[in-house]
Amino acid sequence: MAFTNEQLERYSRHIILKEVGAKGQKKLLNAKVLIIGAGGLGAPAALYLAAAGVGTIGIADADEVDLSNLQRQVIHTTADVGKAKVQSAKETMEAINPDVTVNTYRTFIDSENILDIIKDYDFVIDGTDNFPAKFLINDACVMAKKPFSHAGIIRFKGQLMTYVPGQGPCYRCVFKNPPPKDAVPTCKQAGVIGAMGGVIGSLQAMEAIKYILGTGDLLTGYLLTYDALKMEFRKIKLPTDTSKCPICGEHPTITKLIDYEQAECDGVHL
Amino acid sequence: MTITVTGTKKEVADGLTLAQLVIDEKVETPEYVTASVNEEFISSSSFEDTVLKEGDNVEFIYFMGGGQ
Repeated sequence: MAFTNEQLERYSRHIILKEVGAKGQKKLLNAKVLIIGAGGLGAPAALYLAAAGVGTIGIADADEVDLSNLQRQVIHTTADVGKAKVQSAKETMEAINPDVTVNTYRTFIDSENILDIIKDYDFVIDGTDNFPAKFLINDACVMAKKPFSHAGIIRFKGQLMTYVPGQGPCYRCVFKNPPPKDAVPTCKQAGVIGAMGGVIGSLQAMEAIKYILGTGDLLTGYLLTYDALKMEFRKIKLPTDTSKCPICGEHPTITKLIDYEQAECDGVHL
Repeated sequence: MTITVTGTKKEVADGLTLAQLVIDEKVETPEYVTASVNEEFISSSSFEDTVLKEGDNVEFIYFMGGGQ
């Protein structure tokens, strides 16, 4: 497939990079990335991946755009309030870049549907806001051997890590089990600065792009934490022994996906 | 003795346990924190029995559930 003149111009700042080039841009155009959650993290990730020319982007979210989302979910506008988030996100991504095919999944992910949703994608971005979903994405990606980017944000803090099968710990290696309902506050309960989603969601897009290009060092084996008030990033080396992990270890004890109970006061599930 | 806690060097009493360090550091939601010493995970049931040594590198990793 040859580039059109318009594509050569659109992607010129990519193509000029030695790590990308025409070959890398073709990889991006042929790549398929799934974003679960069209919110604070998913919005900036989706915008940058669409602009970058990632050819197929899946977006999963069951919710509608709410006025309280707009402080951080920059893919939706005031006119989109009440619209399905996946539809609003699709329209914005297609308006940015007609090269992108957007698949929408207007659903909550659960143990029944997640494996089917992730199966066609090369990389998964976890932009969800609750622990049951984060553990489900981890377990499904480990089982299906899919690389994914985990992230979490709250108040002025954020964190992310990248899982690539066989290249370091998974989310469950680090966090074992979800905390009990309401033991650890969510964004809705605790608040979050809007730009935090921009910082961390953009880093998730960066990890997806590097994975597709096969260039640079991914955040595997590390947890990156960001404290905006202290203006401090830390790259914490994670333990390398994953042999005892109940899902990605040598003798997995979790062989079926688990639907953990949602925190009721979350309101939104994804 | 000197240990490193979340990237910062600290002077602490000899024989300090990980459980006591969690209290001294005022770790948030201590029941759910993940701790590693010298890049090895320590299960929370072993915090009491984990006696820190000179030069140990302790990290606390917190659940962060937000995103939407």
